Amino acid sequence: MKEEVVTKDEATVPAARGAAAEASGEPLLVVDKLVKHFPVKGGFPIRRTVGAVQAVDGIDLTVHVGESFGLVGESGCGKSTTGRLITRLLEPTSGKISYRGQDISHASRKQLAPIRSEIQMIFQDPYSSLNPRQTVGKIISGPMEINDINPAGGREKRVRELLEIVGLNPEHFNRFPHEFSGGQRQRIGVARALALEPKLIVADEPVSALDVSIQAQVVNLLQQVQKDLGIAFLFIAHDLAVVRHFSQRVAVMYLGKIIEVGDRDSIYARPRHPYTHALLSAVPEVNLDGDEEAQRERIRLAGDVPSPISPPSGCRFRTRCWKATEKCATEEPPLVRISGNGPGHLTACHFPEEPTTGARDEDIVLDPALAALEETEG
Amino acid sequence: MTTVTKEPGDSGAAGGDAFLSVRDLHVSFKTEDGIVRAVNGLSFDLQRGRTLGIVGESGSGKSVTNLTILGLHNPMFTTIDGEILLDGQELITARESELEKLRGNKAAMIFQDPLTALSPYYTVGRQIAEPFMKHTGASKKAAWERAVEMLGKVGIPHPKERAKDYPHQFSGGMRQRAMIAMALVCNPDLLIADEPTTALDVTVQAQILDLLKDLQQEFGSAIVFITHDLGVIADMADDIMVMYAGGAVERGTVDEVLRAPQHPYTWGLLNSMPRLGSDLGTPLTPIPGTPPSLLNPPSGCRFHPRCTYQGEVGGARCVDEPPLLPPGRGGACHLTAEQKQTIFIEQIKPRLR
Amino acid sequence: MLRFLIRRTLGAVVILFLLSIVTFLLFFGMPRDPALMMCGKACTPANIENIHHVLGLDKSIPEQYWTFLHNIVLGSDAFTQGPCPAPCFGYSYNTNEAVWPTLMDRLPTTVSLTLGAACVFLLVGLGTGLLAAWKRGTLIDKTFTAGSMVISSMQIYFLGPLVLAVFVYQSHLFDKPAYNPFTADPVNWFSGLIIPWVVLSTIFAAQYTRMARSSMVEQLQEEHVRTARAKGMSRRYVFFRYAWRGSLIPIVTIFGIDLGSLLGGAVITEYTFGLPGLGQLAVQSVAFSDLPLLLGVMLFAATMILLFNIIVDTCYAFIDPRVRLA
Repeated sequence: MKEEVVTKDEATVPAARGAAAEASGEPLLVVDKLVKHFPVKGGFPIRRTVGAVQAVDGIDLTVHVGESFGLVGESGCGKSTTGRLITRLLEPTSGKISYRGQDISHASRKQLAPIRSEIQMIFQDPYSSLNPRQTVGKIISGPMEINDINPAGGREKRVRELLEIVGLNPEHFNRFPHEFSGGQRQRIGVARALALEPKLIVADEPVSALDVSIQAQVVNLLQQVQKDLGIAFLFIAHDLAVVRHFSQRVAVMYLGKIIEVGDRDSIYARPRHPYTHALLSAVPEVNLDGDEEAQRERIRLAGDVPSPISPPSGCRFRTRCWKATEKCATEEPPLVRISGNGPGHLTACHFPEEPTTGARDEDIVLDPALAALEETEG
Repeated sequence: MTTVTKEPGDSGAAGGDAFLSVRDLHVSFKTEDGIVRAVNGLSFDLQRGRTLGIVGESGSGKSVTNLTILGLHNPMFTTIDGEILLDGQELITARESELEKLRGNKAAMIFQDPLTALSPYYTVGRQIAEPFMKHTGASKKAAWERAVEMLGKVGIPHPKERAKDYPHQFSGGMRQRAMIAMALVCNPDLLIADEPTTALDVTVQAQILDLLKDLQQEFGSAIVFITHDLGVIADMADDIMVMYAGGAVERGTVDEVLRAPQHPYTWGLLNSMPRLGSDLGTPLTPIPGTPPSLLNPPSGCRFHPRCTYQGEVGGARCVDEPPLLPPGRGGACHLTAEQKQTIFIEQIKPRLR
Repeated sequence: MLRFLIRRTLGAVVILFLLSIVTFLLFFGMPRDPALMMCGKACTPANIENIHHVLGLDKSIPEQYWTFLHNIVLGSDAFTQGPCPAPCFGYSYNTNEAVWPTLMDRLPTTVSLTLGAACVFLLVGLGTGLLAAWKRGTLIDKTFTAGSMVISSMQIYFLGPLVLAVFVYQSHLFDKPAYNPFTADPVNWFSGLIIPWVVLSTIFAAQYTRMARSSMVEQLQEEHVRTARAKGMSRRYVFFRYAWRGSLIPIVTIFGIDLGSLLGGAVITEYTFGLPGLGQLAVQSVAFSDLPLLLGVMLFAATMILLFNIIVDTCYAFIDPRVRLA
């Protein structure tokens, strides 16, 4: 079983398929001022809503046909909630989600039915997201049954095709999930998502539970699927390098807000928001050549992300920002194209950084313990 | 046998002055499905003040090895062979009471998930003070003051008040700081950190990694740093040992292993890892297949079923004969030194742009 | 904490209220007329009507229910048998005794039986369970595990008569089970209850052995327990300070439920040993369609269970600092 999966990727991936549907610029999914607040219960003597976890607090984003849009941020930033709102596993508190011009923000089950087949989801955990009592064939054909779709040649043929696409042995459709390894299960999840020929796949941390060598297999598979089948992706992940690899456009989230969005090169090479700088500088990199390391800036923030129940006023990043002033506390910076940004590169900051990730004259070390230890050393 | 390309002694398993020395370690577990051979003939050395990074994927035996060093495995299901010397003391045969004196004192551990690794039932201060009382015989009051001091040192604001809090009242990063304080409270000579930042966000991870490095400067501990993340290891370690399926496949200094790797598995890891600085035109090259089951590991070289370069060796050596890892710098592979160099320069390096 | 107690007490009152309504409705759904049973052999329709009137059964159900609630809170002088102070559950149809004093009369038997047995089964059960966990995998562990399995599959109505036959009727080693008030003669109280205690606690102890063992074994695999060992704390310290604390949660939960339901009446045990406790009373009240007695016993038993539920939840907060009562 194991050997048979082996070289599928190798064979198909390196050729960046010419048939790829290029991002045509036509918007597929438009999210407008999307808000999701989870109520916090409390009070006495009768329990009632006393507050809200502001998981997603007014975000705008657009995913175009065939493009991969990355959503990055740390835990609690609301990226997963956003994914669940878009697939309408959750209902938004306010704001609008339009899919191909149709408002689906509050659509009923019935109204959603035709769209559900076009928007699919891939989950993080390949162990709990597959029903252990169903065969792989049943899992993958499930969406076809629900939507009463009968492909030419029958569902079983289609399942075999799908297994082949994701690099599994088509003869294995009668096996159960526990007979597969983590990476193979994630492939099954991909096959299930592909069953209905979706136009958009929301992938929520699809590779973060996998080992490095397996992770690359799945990333390549997703890339191949995106290019060959022209499927748009909303790729949600905390791993900045993976997102950079997979997504053409990237949005950075912090505490329920998008603080910076732009094409891949703008975000990774010319970031303007201090948080984006901090995030990128925090990624540990393998230094393969020896000297480039010295050129990366070093920013060490203090503490953790504040609670989304009572986020800071004004700019939400200000409590951990080295540039914060009075203005940041009183006035929320709008997400706009600031001077020096390329087209489509929006930043929500009053005092943006220089558009480079190169080393600074002096490291920014906000962590008090680090600062103290480095003081005595230096 | 591969040729040793560097003088043995500057890294890896040759130093006689090693503070921690593991020799031919074998660990196996009895399970319902059979015997899992988790570690198979592992040897390595660690000098004082240095950091050894052990990198490998799940099931490579990296965590098991380090639980074994401190005797934290379950003796009922585990069989151990070999030799573990810590500062000259043999640990595998040591009595439990001797190990107790050593744990948390001379050798301490930091675990991956600080939420589950700290007890929910006792205050952070108490949990830090406990080993200090036990190992130094300090009074309750003195131990508490030491706990507060340590919390301050690892960057917990208002340590006096926070010491009275329970772990669930701390954030993820703060908890890991508390864990570090707990590990360092007796000023250990050896610190074993098992994926200490895997459960943390990237900005917090950066804080914690730097903190560990800075504290190592101050405390002078030797560190065994276990991780699956090559980026983290590049940041933290002096020496690297790459593990696969229960054994070491390559070792050397950070520069040696990351810039001139000699084992096909290390090549595979480097080629399958997306990096911030990599060229986007180059696709990732995953290692084909999946890691083997340790119930029934492959014969010969355990990596051979996934290895693309088997043909270069010729014959059935990879299937029949387990390659040896030379002491010091080197990789456990049947390819000749010239082959390794040629393959790395011609096939691997271009994909690392 | 106080808020928690108030909220939970209010909740319990609501549950009791609903329970009394359900019981009331069920009673009137029963295909038996209590008047028929009270009336005896020479019964005329006029007699029955008269009894209906005396018992208030000729009034509408809501009206009867209202009277019932009113009497519990304020008491009543309307009964022919005499005044009935609050909490007034009325008079038994069957014996004509006031219900509340009857309950209070029977309570000491049930409390003695339950608390005595609870002390024994808790100590023995936890002791053996902890020992088995400490000696996990050894012969002791296997013996205890197997033994507790066998014993907990036994039933009182099997084990009870067996013990009675062997130790009381044949060998006369122990007194015949009986209830003698503690205040009158503590020695007699003890010797009369020893057999029921032993039998009841044997079966319960076996369950607690298994529970304590499995919950300890589970806790010993927790990561924070491993951390404690990695700090150099001794095995005993880790066992009793770290693992024990966490394993208390399931034990306290089950113990609360067991104690609550036993205090409401250990029906089978009381029957097996002929002890006049609340359990016997419950069976009688059902057998005679004795609504006032039935309601009284039911509500008392329910109150006990709810009370111990609240106590258990309060205990959680003391065991686990993460639990916040609100």
